[in-house]
Amino acid sequence: MRPTLVAEWASSTSLFRSRKACRIYSACAARSSDPAWFVFVVLVGLKQSAMAGTVISVAFASPSVSPATRECHKVPFEVSKSEINSSGVGRHVLGRGGGSPFRIGKKYSGRVTMTVATNVSRFEGVTMAPPDPILGVTEAFKADTNELKLNLGVGAYRTEELQPYVLRVVKKAETLLLEKGENKEYLPIEGLAAFNKATAELLLGADNPVIKEGRVATVQGLSGTGSLRLAAAFIQRYFPEAKALISSPSWGNHKNIFNDARVPWSEYRYYDPRTIGLDFEGMIADVKAAPDGSFVLLHGCAHNPTGIDPTPEQWEKIADVIQEKNHIPFFDVAYQGFASGNLDTDASSVRSFVSRGLEVLVAQSYSKNLGLYAERIGAINVVCASPDAATRVKSQLKRLARPMYSNPPIHGARIVANVVGNPELFNEWKAEMELMAGRIKNVRQALYDSLSEKDKSGKDWSFILRQIGMFSFTGLNKVQSENMTNKWHVYMTKDGRISLAGLSLAKCEYLTDAIIDSFHNVS
Amino acid sequence: MASRTALRGLITGRGPARSAAAAFISGARSISSWWGAVEPAAKDPILGVTEAFLADPSPHKVNVGVGAYRDDNGKPVVLDCVREAERRIAGSQNMEYLPMGGSVKMIHETLKLAYGENSEFLKDKRIAAIQALSGTGACRVFADFQRRFLPDSQIYIPVPTWANHHNIWRDAHVPQRTFHYYHPESRGLDFAALMDDVKNAPNGSFFLLHACAHNPTGVDPTEEQWREISYQFKVKRHFAFFDMAYQGFASGDPERDAKAIRIFLEDGHLIGCAQSYAKNMGLYGQRVGCLSILCEDELQAVAVKSQLQQIARPMYSNPPVHGALIVSTILGDPELKNLWLKEVKGMADRIIGMRTALRENLEKLGSPLPWEHITNQIGMFCYSGLTPEQVDRLTNEYHIYMTRNGRISMAGVTTGNVGYLANAIHEITKSG
Repeated sequence: MRPTLVAEWASSTSLFRSRKACRIYSACAARSSDPAWFVFVVLVGLKQSAMAGTVISVAFASPSVSPATRECHKVPFEVSKSEINSSGVGRHVLGRGGGSPFRIGKKYSGRVTMTVATNVSRFEGVTMAPPDPILGVTEAFKADTNELKLNLGVGAYRTEELQPYVLRVVKKAETLLLEKGENKEYLPIEGLAAFNKATAELLLGADNPVIKEGRVATVQGLSGTGSLRLAAAFIQRYFPEAKALISSPSWGNHKNIFNDARVPWSEYRYYDPRTIGLDFEGMIADVKAAPDGSFVLLHGCAHNPTGIDPTPEQWEKIADVIQEKNHIPFFDVAYQGFASGNLDTDASSVRSFVSRGLEVLVAQSYSKNLGLYAERIGAINVVCASPDAATRVKSQLKRLARPMYSNPPIHGARIVANVVGNPELFNEWKAEMELMAGRIKNVRQALYDSLSEKDKSGKDWSFILRQIGMFSFTGLNKVQSENMTNKWHVYMTKDGRISLAGLSLAKCEYLTDAIIDSFHNVS
Repeated sequence: MASRTALRGLITGRGPARSAAAAFISGARSISSWWGAVEPAAKDPILGVTEAFLADPSPHKVNVGVGAYRDDNGKPVVLDCVREAERRIAGSQNMEYLPMGGSVKMIHETLKLAYGENSEFLKDKRIAAIQALSGTGACRVFADFQRRFLPDSQIYIPVPTWANHHNIWRDAHVPQRTFHYYHPESRGLDFAALMDDVKNAPNGSFFLLHACAHNPTGVDPTEEQWREISYQFKVKRHFAFFDMAYQGFASGDPERDAKAIRIFLEDGHLIGCAQSYAKNMGLYGQRVGCLSILCEDELQAVAVKSQLQQIARPMYSNPPVHGALIVSTILGDPELKNLWLKEVKGMADRIIGMRTALRENLEKLGSPLPWEHITNQIGMFCYSGLTPEQVDRLTNEYHIYMTRNGRISMAGVTTGNVGYLANAIHEITKSG
């Protein structure tokens, strides 16, 4: 029997015209007893090609495999015409660019021994992953050559000059670190102790009883993402039937995190497009309807992507329902300090839940508020009912971290510990925090003023002022957002979110024109 | 509603309802925890050793546990090239997110180390690579990738290996098999059994190989043996995944230490590789490494890289910048790179010197046991052949800390403590 080459082979001659390497898959058949025929077909196919350097794959049955387990093996190889001898069989030198040879064994009494030099990739079937909806925006922005372009995609703080900003306290802390010249030894799996202490105190307040009683399990994590992932992995291991409830909408990566951690999730209503505000009734209803003991993912402050936060009264009601249903609150605190400008105010939702005696999970990030984006510094905190539970929980979080990355990176942790642990630097930080949040508030005001003035339709843009934090949900839909990018070179995410941290006062007018055009002229 | 739930909890005594019962009874404060079922995790066998060491007040204590390099005074070392790199980069860069795949410059330099300075694969852009969280992170992303795209595959892991390898592939839900590696009787490589395992594994199996300086045994195949392994891998169409955590540390020469990988590349294998700068650049806590997968062509490499990023995104979004900056600063500057090569050789030489000293000390003490394996083995670790009970005695009686598999981290041996160490080992083993 001969290896059967499917019709693709026939059309493959067109592929030979392509300069790029191409692959042809043929159905495999039984073992070949006549490699000569096989090679002949190869030669015929290649004669039609003037291209050297074309890669073709031919599948054939492996003679070394027993009949019960015939496999298809795709072998990429390149035929170097000059080296085919006259008989068409025997020793052929095939290889990529004169590299490894593909040898056909000389003995072929019913068996063909093939020594494949260039292995087939095991990952043939790997397709291109879609670009990340958020990080992909910046990549697209960078590729845009238009000088009017504006990046309102990723939530990274920019100065009025639209430059990245390294906080002064961070520079000072780094100088201190250089001077100290500390070693770079492994941190323990749970991270830098000084950092863990500082971060829990920053979140909960240094004199919070839960800290004093040793009831908080804190593990340094790889910023918000890494901390959320540790918690999700922990949920999966100890609450394999529990569901996570995610706001609709939420930060896109939340779903990915729970998916990859294999935690089932569903959404609760959050954003009300009619009011461009909070759908409070919907939220409460959905949280109530979920099975008891669900993990409710809440944004501690400055909801991403909407910028819409519950009022203190609404937070109380949310806590009531969670308590009633025996849900576990799971806070994502990525913007402490960035919402109101005040670190304590921004932690008040978390603190009020904790003061009720609830056990809570809290993921923190220092990417935005200390500008430490690329250092990947954050923490997962689990407030437990007892110190013993906290100890056990911490040990299990460590056990999950060890096969992920062994121990967390040290640099960012030292910076945070130095800033938060040093009263002078800490106060400086608070002041810088206020400045950053203040700039965003100013920009919000300016954008609102500009829209109200220029938009003659009478649309109420005041939601921009009610929203808080780095982001604003503009209410633009996908098509309108695309118009923002395609026509106006304003880069944002397709859900209508703009990052005000990337907006300057100088650009407000331009943005206003873009928004008005997209909102009114595109459906 | 709350009281009904509480009642149900009292009757059934089950889970969340039980907590509700407790909460109801106690009022607003919940006394029973959600985490009742959470047991304390066992201490990590390796990192736990250092914890115990630190807690020991004895002035004679010796830490030959974790594989972190120490100078001859037993102190951690920050390489000069690293200090210089840090000086150069301090304050000069903002900390904006790296691209999801990490620092392009650092990756490029790192691939040159593994694949060769002038590697055709680099030129042809056939390597899918991402910056990873040191060796652990590289292995983990690969394991997740293997699971996602070849869900029926399994991984063959050598016996013994770094303990965390098992954790990594287990948490990635990839079934594990083992293959013979260490030969206890000779304290060397069980080559025949290894080859048998390679031959008997189903075609197309995935194998985890230590590129050099095997951890924990220090036993590496010879070049000839590597060639045979590579040939057999070709016949069986196995996939070779190299964990290279000690390039430069084994022989002192990074090019030599990459020999196994180069052999496989010459033979046309499409390998995967995890690299780490934890030891050879002393960047332990910075978590800098690289995961690479050699693909058929550029197109495939782009696709594979995108999928690796897709796995990293919900794990940590993007990798930390500081360590990557240090690496690319050093490797991108010929002077700094030369300094690094010198310093790496210095570290490797010190360890080789300590191996010789430990063996000589033991032989001088008149130990009845054979100790050539100390100098035959290579890299940071020596598989002493001590039993767990003997290790416990060393710890309890002599305050010498090592992992219970008898692995000695030679990096922790100094001219100051080698005599003490030899004596202790001799005392424990002389009666056989």
